[in-house]
Amino acid sequence: MLLSLTDVEVAYGAVTALRGLSLEVDEGEIVTLLGANGAGKTTTLRTISGLLRPRAGELRLDGRPLSTIPAHDLVALGVSHVPEGRRVFPSMSVRENLLMGAYRDRRHTREDLDRVFALFPRLSERIGQVSGTLSGGEQQMLAIGRALMSRPRLVLLDEPSMGLAPMVVQTIFEVIAEINRDGVAVLLVEQNAASALRIAGRGYVLETGEVVLSGTSASLLSDDRVRQAYLGEDLTPTP
Amino acid sequence: MGFFDQFWQLTIDGLMVGSLYAVIALGYTLVYGVLQLINFAHSEVFMLGSFGGLFAARALLPDGGVPGGFQSVYLVAVGLAVGALCGALAAFTLERVAYRPLRRRSAPRLAYLISAIGASLFAVNLAGKEFGRQNVDLPDLFHNDTVFTLFGADVSTQSLVIFAVAIAMLVGLDRLVAGTRLGQGIRAVAQDADTAVLMGVNVERIIIVTFVVGGLLAGAGGFLYAMTFNASYSMGFVPGVKAFTAAVLGGIGNVRGAMLGGLLLGLVESYGGYLFQASYKDVIAFLVLVAILMIRPSGLLGERLGRAA
Ligand SMILES: Nc1ncnc2c1ncn2[C@@H]1O[C@H](COP(=O)(O)OP(=O)(O)OP(=O)(O)O)[C@@H](O)[C@H]1O
Ligand SMILES: [Mg+2]
Repeated sequence: MLLSLTDVEVAYGAVTALRGLSLEVDEGEIVTLLGANGAGKTTTLRTISGLLRPRAGELRLDGRPLSTIPAHDLVALGVSHVPEGRRVFPSMSVRENLLMGAYRDRRHTREDLDRVFALFPRLSERIGQVSGTLSGGEQQMLAIGRALMSRPRLVLLDEPSMGLAPMVVQTIFEVIAEINRDGVAVLLVEQNAASALRIAGRGYVLETGEVVLSGTSASLLSDDRVRQAYLGEDLTPTP
Repeated sequence: MGFFDQFWQLTIDGLMVGSLYAVIALGYTLVYGVLQLINFAHSEVFMLGSFGGLFAARALLPDGGVPGGFQSVYLVAVGLAVGALCGALAAFTLERVAYRPLRRRSAPRLAYLISAIGASLFAVNLAGKEFGRQNVDLPDLFHNDTVFTLFGADVSTQSLVIFAVAIAMLVGLDRLVAGTRLGQGIRAVAQDADTAVLMGVNVERIIIVTFVVGGLLAGAGGFLYAMTFNASYSMGFVPGVKAFTAAVLGGIGNVRGAMLGGLLLGLVESYGGYLFQASYKDVIAFLVLVAILMIRPSGLLGERLGRAA
């Protein structure tokens, strides 16, 4: 097992955000994490990255507990996190942002830049532009490209489709599938359940900090609760 | 003599003092950039560096007469190096003792300010006790001749040394922040600390490096300052507030802003001191501070550490 969370509890002061959450991501798979606003999806990813520490429970990467590993070493262990809201470094150029992705290991920078530009040709046209002035879609491409610069084995993606036009969303999802074809595992947080379940093999549904449903994408797609709550289907029987 | 006859002399003097303000201002601006913290004890880092350099140079100074040639270069170099090291050590200790424990507890902003004032009082009084409460002289390390005249103004060896060393440090720091991996880490932390962590940046290490680099500059700057004005336990306060003014003037958190702010403040002070009265110099500096805070609080070049680098 690449990543496993067991009975993880996380709190912000008095507010408990995760109540005994367990999930697993295996080598090379795409797993999606669905849930309404405030369900705890971002909290889950930030806990995996070590930005938040669990109050109880355990996280393991390759079977090794993560509790003693500082957050800034996670990228060196093969975990890349594309945060909610993209969070590109606004005053840095596109190129500098990508180099930040390779901050810990500059040995393959040139090759990896070429690879990112092959995935997102738009970025190579904007290489010198200050990132704060990129469009939302370009910033998302940059955030994903930056995460790939460390040659991760697992990419955590927090709502990559948020606020983007359907065309751009499609590009992003195609790239996620392509990254995965190279053997990279993906933990994909999404509100856009239909697109997420289309590329993911499995999924978890989160409600107020707990997993309420999990299974293969096919089984989730045919589950009434998922169809009603996350796919926006009207399931009231027509008379 | 009128202002215009004195213009170039005032410009040269202003640039010399201004380049020192700029060197000190960088320490304020770097720390503010990464921690959004105004390190009010930075003036004492400057003072301690100044004493360190001064005592080192004095210890090596041969008896009788002003040294010259290679010996002067050697003495200035040693003074700068020891001053820089003492400044770095003071800044490092300050971070460890006065700020880090607060960070560990996620203390409120006010706690940092109080801690800074406490550290500052401690350093001033310790220096007063150890080094005496009078001025401590730094004898001449070289013959302070006029090297050349520029538009009728004399440029002395001393102004030239101070200006050249200060500018070299400013350029070096600018290159460090803009062009190295370490500088990229500093800018990343300044722009978005959480995301910097996700990139693998060790924020605690960046914070220490930032303090140490600020301390190196302030310490070397302190030695340069002592070459003109000698040293004393209370010497930090006024240049400290002026350098802080320079940092705010340029846009606190902004490296090139601090440099520009320092040079501008030096010039304004020099011209103003002549037009009004030399004793108004300090008043002018603080008027500038109040005026910027009222008119353009984000400073001339804006607030971001990343932007200008
Ligand atoms: N910094 C914080 N301080 C206090 N409470 C927080 C903080 N961040 C999140 N929370 C709370 O924790 C819960 C989970 O938040 P989280 O951001 O993980 O949700 P999410 O599933 O990512 O939601 P969204 O889809 O809106 O991004 C929410 O109730 C939220 O209010
Ligand atoms: Mg979220």
